[in-house]
Amino acid sequence: MTSSLPTTQSKGLTRTLSPKRRLENLSATVIIGILTVIVLLPLFAITYEILSQGIGNINLGLFIESPKSVIDTSGGGGVAHAIVGSIMMIAIGLVIGLLVGVGAGIFLAEFSEHKLVPLVRLFADVLTGIPAIVVGLVVFQALINSRIIEYSAVAGGIALGFIMIPIIVRSTEEVLKLVPVSIREAGLALGLPRWLVTMQIVLPAARAGIVTGIILAISRVGGEAAPLLLTALGNNFFSLDPTKAMAALPLAVYKYAFSPFEHLIRQAWAASFVLVLLIFISSLIARYVIRERN
Amino acid sequence: MQNLKPQHIKASGPVSDKEPRLIAQDVSIFYGDKEAVKKVNLSFQPNTVNALIGPSGCGKTTFLRAINRMHDLTAGARVTGQIMLDGANLYGEGIDPVDVRRRIGMVFQKPNPFPTMSIYDNVVAGLKLAGEKNKTKLDSVVEKSLRGAALWDEVKDRLKAPGASLSGGQQQRLCIARALAVDPEILLMDEPTSALDPQSTARIEDLMETLKEQVTIVIVTHNMQQASRVSDTTSFFLLGDMIEHSPTAQMFTTPKDQRTEAYISGKFG
Repeated sequence: MTSSLPTTQSKGLTRTLSPKRRLENLSATVIIGILTVIVLLPLFAITYEILSQGIGNINLGLFIESPKSVIDTSGGGGVAHAIVGSIMMIAIGLVIGLLVGVGAGIFLAEFSEHKLVPLVRLFADVLTGIPAIVVGLVVFQALINSRIIEYSAVAGGIALGFIMIPIIVRSTEEVLKLVPVSIREAGLALGLPRWLVTMQIVLPAARAGIVTGIILAISRVGGEAAPLLLTALGNNFFSLDPTKAMAALPLAVYKYAFSPFEHLIRQAWAASFVLVLLIFISSLIARYVIRERN
Repeated sequence: MQNLKPQHIKASGPVSDKEPRLIAQDVSIFYGDKEAVKKVNLSFQPNTVNALIGPSGCGKTTFLRAINRMHDLTAGARVTGQIMLDGANLYGEGIDPVDVRRRIGMVFQKPNPFPTMSIYDNVVAGLKLAGEKNKTKLDSVVEKSLRGAALWDEVKDRLKAPGASLSGGQQQRLCIARALAVDPEILLMDEPTSALDPQSTARIEDLMETLKEQVTIVIVTHNMQQASRVSDTTSFFLLGDMIEHSPTAQMFTTPKDQRTEAYISGKFG
């Protein structure tokens, strides 16, 4: 007797696909590949465009110097004033966004039986849909036009904070809901009051997700020019006074991009590069911090 | 003939002549309009292990969770009747459920260590988060509680490791240590070994034997062998009614009620 190898008819571990199936597999792979490239293309195209247009102005001076005179065409001068302004306004916005956003997120997730929950959720949803420039207009009318404060970093920060709130509320609520009920019960069964369980046990368990939501909010407002036009106004000079008009990167991009001078248009591209870099670095730091603490 | 004994003595049956520690009087528990537990009368002696058995949905876990007022957190849940701990009604006016839970600890079906905390911090969570800062005291509580939960020797060299890094059986003993750390008088256990392997189950069953020197244990179990191994009294629940409450030996040899006999002999459930 000769032992015969299993034929394709028998139930071996390998099998040959029919030509039709092979064609289907191949075309699915190709289509998915093309779609992936289409998704990634804008990212690379934007990065390439920013770099190629602004490369002449990207140097150390960009980060540490303030703008030179408009008629100084030597290409020097930086956007340090706008970097500091953006960071300061995002920080002010973050204080508001964190306090109100995380607070409301906790309220929605942890006290869902409260009768005000549907109302708060509705507000958060509506706030998400309000265009940024309208938020800027409202802050302008409420604080600046009514002479309560001047055009300032504080006003700009408040506008950014209001844009951040709904993003942080929603992401905080969602990640808190992912924390298992059993963890809350374990805390309560130890005789801990509910607020302690929420703050010390549930919130830390959801920390990574909450920080992700905050990064998302920062990325969103970091690039906003519209609300700042009406609130922070912009400034050509370096300033650390939050009660006075202040520059910000999106405002600098806006201003330089519309200028008639070649070297300032280049500067707009360079400022865009700084803006992208700033948001990229802040999310890297935030992710690193989360990983370290976990 | 008129029975002159108090209600709870009649319900509990002759277990011992000591004063009962925990007494449930006419306890009914509702989810919305549905009555999940119906007028249950039970009492538990100090330093005993008391098993609650019955088929799924019979109300035993619902009853257990009423003892430390966990139902306060469930929307639509309502408890009527009285649960007395050392003579004080846990559902009385001005009683803070937080204080109740401090005296009546609970171990859950699935091990649920706090995910972001170390072994050490898990054990002292109840004290530390409530404001206890004395390091010497915390250290001694950690050792005492982990020894009490028969986990000390396995983890004493890695107290800073995350609680979630332990095996399932160790995590459950960690949860027992965490419950013991706040020095409760009653320990409620809701099917504490149903998610564990036989070895871990045996360790926790052994543990109950020693734990009852410090606390009174009420344990819900699906496993009748477990009830017969670990408990001094057993209560049989069926469809929200407490059918029979007897010393365990008696319950498993000569049950009084026909339904109890049918259940423990495996005719249903």
